[in-house]
Parts: sequence; C-alpha cells; structure tokens
Amino acid sequence: MSSQTGPDENVSDDENLPAAQEESHGAEVVEADPFADPGLPPHEHRIQDIDERAAKRSERTVALLFTLSMLATVGFIASFVAFPIDEIIYVWPLGHISSLNLALGLTLGVALFCIGAGAVHWARTLMSDEEMVDERHPVAASPEVREKVISDFKQGAKESALGRRKLIRNTMFGAVALVPLSGIVLLRDLGPLPKDKLRHTAWKKGKLLVNENTNEPLRPEDIAVGSLTFAKPEGLEEEDHHFQEEIAKAALMIVRLEPNDIKDKRELDWSHEGIVAFSKICTHVGCPVSLYEQQTHHVLCPCHQSTFDLTDGARVLFGPAGHPLPQLNISVNKDGYLEAQGDFAEPVGPAFWERG
Amino acid sequence: MSTATETRGSAAAEGKKKAPAGERVADWADGRLGIYSLAKANMRKIFPDHWSFMLGEVALYSFIIIILTGVYLTLFFHPSMNEVEYHGPYTPMQGVQMSEAFKSTLDISFDVRGGLLVRQIHHWAALIFLAAMFVHMMRVFFTGAFRKPREINWVFGFLLFVLGMFTGFTGYSLPDDLLSGTGVRFMEGAVLSVPIVGTYLSMFLFGGEFPGDDFVARFYSIHILVLPGIMLGLLVAHLILVFYHKHTQFAGPGRKNSNVVGMPLLPVYMAKAGGFFFLVFGVIAAIAALFTINPIWVLGPYRPDQVSTNAQPDWYMGFSEGLVRVMPGWEVDFLGHTLVLGVAIPLMILFPLVLVAIAVYPFIEAWVTGDKREHHIADRPRNAPTRTAFGAAWISWYFVCLVGGGNDLWATHFHLSINAITWFVRIAFFVLPVLVFWVTRRICLGLQRKDREKVLHGRETGTIKRLPHGEFVEIHEPLSQEQLHTLTAHDQYEPVEIGPLKDENGVERKVSRGQKLRAKLSKGYYGESGQIPKPTREEYHELESGHH
Amino acid sequence: MKKLSARRRHPLAALVVLLFALAATGGLYTAFAPAGEAKAEQESSKSLAIEEGKKLFATGCSSCHGTGGQGTSDGPSLVGVGAAAVDFQVGTGRMPAQQPGAQVPKKPKVYSQDEINQLAAYVASLGSGPAKPTKDMYDPAGADVARGGELFRTNCAQCHNFTGEGGALTHGKYAPDLGDVDPKHIYEAMQTGPQNMPSFTDGALPEKDKRDIVAYVKTVNSDNSESPGGFKLGGFGPVAEGMFAWIFGLGALIAVAVWVAARTAKAKKS
Repeated sequence: MSSQTGPDENVSDDENLPAAQEESHGAEVVEADPFADPGLPPHEHRIQDIDERAAKRSERTVALLFTLSMLATVGFIASFVAFPIDEIIYVWPLGHISSLNLALGLTLGVALFCIGAGAVHWARTLMSDEEMVDERHPVAASPEVREKVISDFKQGAKESALGRRKLIRNTMFGAVALVPLSGIVLLRDLGPLPKDKLRHTAWKKGKLLVNENTNEPLRPEDIAVGSLTFAKPEGLEEEDHHFQEEIAKAALMIVRLEPNDIKDKRELDWSHEGIVAFSKICTHVGCPVSLYEQQTHHVLCPCHQSTFDLTDGARVLFGPAGHPLPQLNISVNKDGYLEAQGDFAEPVGPAFWERG
Repeated sequence: MSTATETRGSAAAEGKKKAPAGERVADWADGRLGIYSLAKANMRKIFPDHWSFMLGEVALYSFIIIILTGVYLTLFFHPSMNEVEYHGPYTPMQGVQMSEAFKSTLDISFDVRGGLLVRQIHHWAALIFLAAMFVHMMRVFFTGAFRKPREINWVFGFLLFVLGMFTGFTGYSLPDDLLSGTGVRFMEGAVLSVPIVGTYLSMFLFGGEFPGDDFVARFYSIHILVLPGIMLGLLVAHLILVFYHKHTQFAGPGRKNSNVVGMPLLPVYMAKAGGFFFLVFGVIAAIAALFTINPIWVLGPYRPDQVSTNAQPDWYMGFSEGLVRVMPGWEVDFLGHTLVLGVAIPLMILFPLVLVAIAVYPFIEAWVTGDKREHHIADRPRNAPTRTAFGAAWISWYFVCLVGGGNDLWATHFHLSINAITWFVRIAFFVLPVLVFWVTRRICLGLQRKDREKVLHGRETGTIKRLPHGEFVEIHEPLSQEQLHTLTAHDQYEPVEIGPLKDENGVERKVSRGQKLRAKLSKGYYGESGQIPKPTREEYHELESGHH
Repeated sequence: MKKLSARRRHPLAALVVLLFALAATGGLYTAFAPAGEAKAEQESSKSLAIEEGKKLFATGCSSCHGTGGQGTSDGPSLVGVGAAAVDFQVGTGRMPAQQPGAQVPKKPKVYSQDEINQLAAYVASLGSGPAKPTKDMYDPAGADVARGGELFRTNCAQCHNFTGEGGALTHGKYAPDLGDVDPKHIYEAMQTGPQNMPSFTDGALPEKDKRDIVAYVKTVNSDNSESPGGFKLGGFGPVAEGMFAWIFGLGALIAVAVWVAARTAKAKKS
C-alpha cells in the first residue's frame, strides 16, 4: 500500500518519515487526487508489430549483422595468416602502425560488435516490448519464520552446551586463535631483516667515480660548469648480479658550480674545484632526481616535483621531500681521477623509521 | 518436491509422444540440480530499461574481457627477473640488458601474432573497467540506490572498486618497464615510511633490498590469482544480490516501490544484455586496434637510476599520486626515530580517507533519516539535494587530486607553472569540495522549485498570446496525469526533532551528543534550507480553480 | 521558423545554443588569430636580414648582449659560448628573444642560415667555444639506436620524456618536445646547454654517444616513427591513456548503452 514493502518491524520512534502515498483506486480518486498514480500507460505498438514488411526488414537487418560478423571472423583468420607480424603501414591519421594489429583488431571488433548489434536490434524490434510487472516481496522473513529460526538456534546452542562447558569453549577459542600463527611464521623467510642495509652503499674511500656513459673514470676536466654527469662506483658493472640493488643506492649526480656560488660550508668542503657529487636518489620516495636546471642550480624530481638547491647543500625548496639529498665527499687521487672520500654520511633515498 | 518430480517423470513416460530432446536434458538436470525452481524465479525476471542501469554491465563485461585476455597473456608471459640480453626483432632494444619479464612482454608484442592486440585489449579493458565501476558507483550513489536493502551490495561494489585498483596496479608493474618500475619504487618509498615496521615490510615484500629478484613473481601471483579470485567471489555475490533484490526503477506511472516494471530476462534481456557483452568487447577490440597503450618498447627496461618525466600511474591510482605530489615535505624526529609524515599522511591517512568517505555515506544517511524501510524507487538526484551535493563535492575532491597527479602535463599543455598548479591543488583540496557542495545544493533546490512550478502552473510552451486588452501572456500547458505523478512521487522527510529538553515535570531529559548531532544534520538535510516542499493537492486544486 | 520558436523552450535548447556559440567562437578564433601573427613575423624577418656578422650583431643582439657581446643585465655574456651556441639559439628562432618569460621559446627563425653563419663566426671570434658540429657528427644514419636509447634514458628522459615529447620544469620552465628538431640542433643543445639545460661535454658524453642519442630521438619521435600498436595519443603515458579511456572508451560504451536501453519508436508517434 505504501512506499515501502517489508514488515515495519523496526518502525522507528521518529515521526519524520514521509507519509505513505495512497494508491489509485480508479477514476474517482484521480478526480480528487491530481497526483495519483494513473497506472501503466497502455501498450503502444511499434511499426514492426503492425507492419509485417517492417518486421521482415528488421529480420533482414539482424541477419545481415550476423552475416557480417561471420565474414569478419573469416577476415580475422585471413589477416592472421596474411599479414606479416613486422609489417608497418601508414594509415592516416593514426601514423605508422602494425598492419597485423590493425587488421586483427578491427575484424575482431566488427565480428563481436555485429553479434551484439544484431542481438540488440532483434530484441528491440522483434521481441515483445510490452512492459511487464513483477511484484516485489519483502526481503526480511515473516515474524513466524524469524521466531522459528531463533528458537532452533537457541535449541542448537543449548544442545552444544558451549555456554555451560566453559573449558571447552575457552580452549577451542585459544586453539583457533593460535593456529594462524603458523602461517605468519611461514612468511618470515620472504626476505632478510633490514639490519643496516639501507645505511650503506657501494661507495668506499678511494673508489673512483665512473662515468655512466663511457664506463671510464671521471677526471675533473671532463666536468664543465653547467654540465650534468652521472656516475657509478668503480667496479660495479651492469652484468653484476646485484647491480640493480647497488645502483639503486649508489647512483650519483655530478655538477660543477662556481665555488663562490656554493653557500653551504660543508658542501664546499666536500667538493673539488666546485665539482659536487650528490645522490641521484630522491629523499622522498626514491625516484632518480636529475632534472638539473643549470642556470638556477635547482634540481627537480620528475615524480613528485621535490626541488633541491644544489648550491645550498641540496636543501629542499619545494615539494614533498623531507630532507636534502645526501652529498658524497670527493677529491682527486694522484692520477688525476675523481674518487670518493668514503661512503655517504647518511642513508640515501627515502626516509624510514630507523633513519634517525 | 521429489514426489512432484517423480509424478512429472512418470507422466512424461506415460505420454504418447516422447518429450523433445531439449526438455529431456532439462528434466535430467532438474532431477539433479533443481534447475526448474531456479528458473521459475529467474527466467522471466523483470529488468527496467534505463541506460544508466547498464553502467554496471559495462564493468562486468570488461572484467570478463580482462579475464579472457589475461589467461591468454599468462601463456606467454614469464614472471621472472633474471637478466637477459634482448636479440629480438625490435631494433631500438637490440643488445639491451633487461629482465625476462620485460623481454617476454616485448616478445608478446613483436613475436606473437595477435599478442600485441590482446595486450592492448587487456590494458584498455582494465582502464575502462575501473572507469565503468566508478560511474556505476556514482549512478548508484546519486539515485540513492544504496538504501535498504542494498547497503551490503554497495559495500561489495566498493570493495570491488578498491580491489580493482590494486589488481590494476600489480598488473601494470609486471612488465618491469621503466615507467612501472618507477611506480614500484614509489611503493617501496611508501612502505618505508610506515612507522616502526616499514623497513621490515619492504625487505619482506621485495625479498631484500629494492628492487631484488622477486617482486615480479610475487606481484604475478597476486595479480592473476589472489586479487582476481577475491574479486570473482565478490562479483558473484554482487550479482546474486542484484537478482535477489530486483533492480531499482525510477518513479513513473505504474512504477511503484512494491513492483518492478520492465522487460523479462528471457528473451529481451538475454538478448540485450548478452548482446551488450559483444558490443563492449567489440568496441574495446576496435580501440585496441587503433590506439596504442603502454608501449613498453619505448619505455625501456627498469633501472633504478633511470627515470622519465610524465611518470604517472594509470588513472585509477592517479588521485593517490596527486595526494603525494601536493603534500608538503613534513619529516619529524620522534624520540630519535624518523616519522615520514610527508609520505605517510597522504598514503596511510588521506588515501583511505578519500575512499572511505564515499563508502560510509549510505550508513550516515540511514542514521540521519532513521528510515528502516525498503527503498526500490531510484531518487532523482535533485530530490535529495544534500546527498547529491555531497556526491558532487566528493567527485570534485577526487578529481582535484587527479589534477594534482598530472600537474606536470597540465603545466606543459596550458603553459602554467608546476608550482602554481601544486599550490592550486593544495588550496582546492580544502576549498573546492565546500564550494561544489554549496553550488550543487543550490542547483538542486532550483530544479526542485522548477518542478514545483511545472506541477502547479504547467509547462511553458514558448507560445505568446495577446489578450484582447493588449497584454501578452505565455501559454502554460497543464501537465498530464503521468507527469504530475512522476514529479510528485518522491518522498520528503521531516527534520528530526529532539523534543523539549525538559519534560512536563521540569526534569531535564538526557539528550546524547549523538542525538543532537543527528537532529542538526537532519535539519540541514530536510529543514527549510534543505528541500523545497513538493506541491500538495490543495495547492494544485486552489490554483486550478483560480485559473478557470 | 515556427518550429524553431516552439522548440526554444525544449530542455536541451540551452545546451544546443551553448554548443553553437562555442563552435562559432572557436572557429572564428582559429580562422583569424594565428594568421595575423605569422604575417608580422615574416615581415619583420624581411626588414632585418641584410647585413653581415658584426653589423647583424650590432642591430639584432647588442641591445641585450652588449655591443661587444660582453653581456648586460638583459642578456648573458657571449664571450666563449662558441659558434654552436649561436647556431642553435638563432637557428631555432629562440634568439632574438621577443619578451621576457620563464623561458625563451622556439619560434620560426628570423635569420637565414647564411646570416646565422656570419653571426656565429663573429661570436666565435670573441672567445673560443664549441664549434658547429659537422654533418658526420650528428647524422643519424648508421648510428647505434639501441645504445642511443640507453643513453637517452640515462641522460635525457628525465626532462624530455621517454621519446622526447618534452616535460615540465620548475616555475613554468619546460623541456621542449624534440619531435621536429633538426639533428644538428639536438647535437648543439647537448654540446652547449642552452638556457636551463645542462651541457653534456665531450668528456662526459663523447661525440659518438651524442650521435647515437640523436639517432634514437629520430627513430622514436619523428613523423616516420613506428607505433605498432596504433595512434600514440601524444606519447605522454598514463594520463593521456586515462583521459582517452574515460572520454572515448567509456563515452562510446555509454552511447551504446543508451541505444540498447532506449525504447523502440512507436508506430503512431508523429
């Protein structure tokens, strides 16, 4: 009768709920209530319902679509055989694309789409479009059913004597609570303990700075003011088993500044003739920062735009990074090559709880 | 039940002619599975026609497409991080060191006929799957279709969306290319920011230091087994509940809360919904034929010391990217330990907060209205102004984060400063939702007023008539009974009253803080400023008699 | 006409009018705006380019860079920047600069190649700097594209994106798209480090490596670049893909859904 179904078992104590709407009871009510539900409008026929020729046309359209789909599948198989996988063709405006990918995708697309279009057209024009009404039934059970279930449950619970025999209950809970621990313990060997792994890199005193591009040790004269160079520690080769883990911490970004421009005293001490070496790994979440602007001496991270000032100890100027990029203390050895004076003084990369 | 079956069986046996083969198979199955009882309830199930009711189907079908194409891809993909050198047909990668995962993805694209197509269908379908879930969720939200008895299904749907995000993220990371590897590095940084256990979690997740040799294989089993398995279960439950509750419908003549009007499953919806699957698949296949997605061959293999600008996750993770990008770099010392608030706040507090805000809304609304009745009539968004405003505000919140996640591209394409965009997002994150809430509510109230005018005065026809004494008037055409009913069929709540704070004896009643809050919210929702009273019969009749 | 006036009250009327207005404004803008600018530039190019070397410099460059190229508050010193820098800056139209801004953008060039050569010779005479590269130094043909790709990802992609589509820097600055840049200019840019771009000196990035990089850029980012999977959507990655999936992917599917769910036309409807 109303805008609700279902028993009002939980009728709230509030009176803020809207009044139920009355149902129509024929013409007299309509007269009195202009907003009453007039009921479903009478069914109107489609052209296909009254004109057999129109229906035939629809039938032919549907059949045509299904036939097109068959042809497209044949086309798919033909394309699979006919087009070489490495053939590139120019198709305006898409560009130079793979003929095989285009042919397979379009034929598959047409084959599938036409099945769908045929089925929907069939449903829309030839199947009955008379609207039907389904009554809803409340989801909640009737009070009698509810009563029965509750009493059955109580009976079962009583028969189990779980409430009375507390010893059984408590030990069972204990056992069930403990048994998943085995599963958690099994996860222990997913990886090693952190220990001090995040505190050390491959840099050591005397390690040469090797140019990433040439794989040769760098000399100060290779590095001009305004240039940008990337380096890795001597002895770390791309073929090494742990190359990825090591380079993830040791990657170095080297620029040369005018010594007068360096504002931070420690930065100046750790530089060589204005050449400074900073960790390439962002202190935010570890992307390689390296968008070096040679006029402003700012370096930007492409991932989250943390900006560091390389003239001032790589201080954070903008963005979500929380601390400066670590600097590597460098100097020149007796052969004239740049070398590290030791490892980074602090952990490189993203901050973590134990970093301190 | 069993006796009935036997009777029918024997009746069939005694019959002059044998039943057709199809019926005999069905009888056989019914005797073992009880399919007739199932079919009785569902074969002619009625579904209402409305385009917005098909958004969920788009999501369902893209999920099926993803599973089909995903199974195919597992036949060729090697989830291994062993380093190999490439010597395949793609020249710009000749001799480059890469993981086997990356190489096998190149092979799928360049050596397996149709492999590229399937990869692209898989990825496009994933983006569309998440987008379809999003708009489906918004449709349910704005029509109030989450109300009793559908709250649990709302939660199932929400979980599907969240799990879909993570399934997408793990899948996107599998090729081990430079773009997705950057995303995984980001995840490592995020895990490290977890107080106390962060470093341990990171070591366990990656089997040691980042990137290690394990994460592709681990993500693989999560991506193809764990998450899709859970999603499949939730999806089945979601669909069962849709059948069980029957679909909501918009108000209209003959469409009541106690019925559902539409077309039967057999044959109309079997053809329409079944056909729609093929339509969705066809469209996505055509997109995959014409538009490339995630061309990993130009991205290159992952190396932790390389990166490219435009480093973004797929769109569904974009809002978390935005949160992280605009967060200030707070890092504080806590008893000698580092609290990485700049990463932990956006990812461990704001990320879940944005998602949960929309998920819990139905329960908040149910608490405010105190309505425990079933609702099967979908609201028009304007008739629930506060809910609609909240939803619009949430969307603006979500999208402002998305803008933040793509700030570098907005900067280059609209010639703006990336810093300015970041500041805009920082401010808009707080201001925009409030603004959108206010504006949307005003718009809804305006539309309600317009409906009221239409009911009482009829539709403006645009025809101007000159009266004999020279006055010009616009002719208003009275609405039909159907229209009048449709425009006045919605429920309107009264605000909750706490009642007098002192009872008749002057003793103070205890009113809990929760009740006071509820009364306040209810007043905001349903007080004078929250809705326009719908026209009453009396008002209508009064005007009617005035006109004649 | 009568029909039109009857329909102006249609619920969608406002939308239709808005669309018309937007289309008309956009059409007018594209019809008129760029044409005017282009003409002005062509004319200014005619009025300028006649004299040679120093004379050219005196008229075109000295107001910012000083009469002897020693630099002023408006422009840096050009002593020692070399011929390559001039060839890049003037050859890509960046110089002469038009107006102050975050960054001097690429424009149609003002000087002819002969004039640029004259200017370059003059600036090179002020102090030694990188000379203009010869064709065999930057010719992409025959270079190692795969190695170029690796070098590009190490040295360039962070600013210019995977395939050199460009990207954002701080405060409105940007790394430009390398798509239609002449191989010579790419080489010169690496050599000299124009504006905020760092330089990649031969000591750090030898000649051959630069040529490999040029070859890679020309392979993946030119009009002839192959994109086997189909249209590239700009090559910007997931943001463009996401927008496409929403607007065209989901958009198309919603259009299909509207058709599937719509009631079929009735016979009597007029």
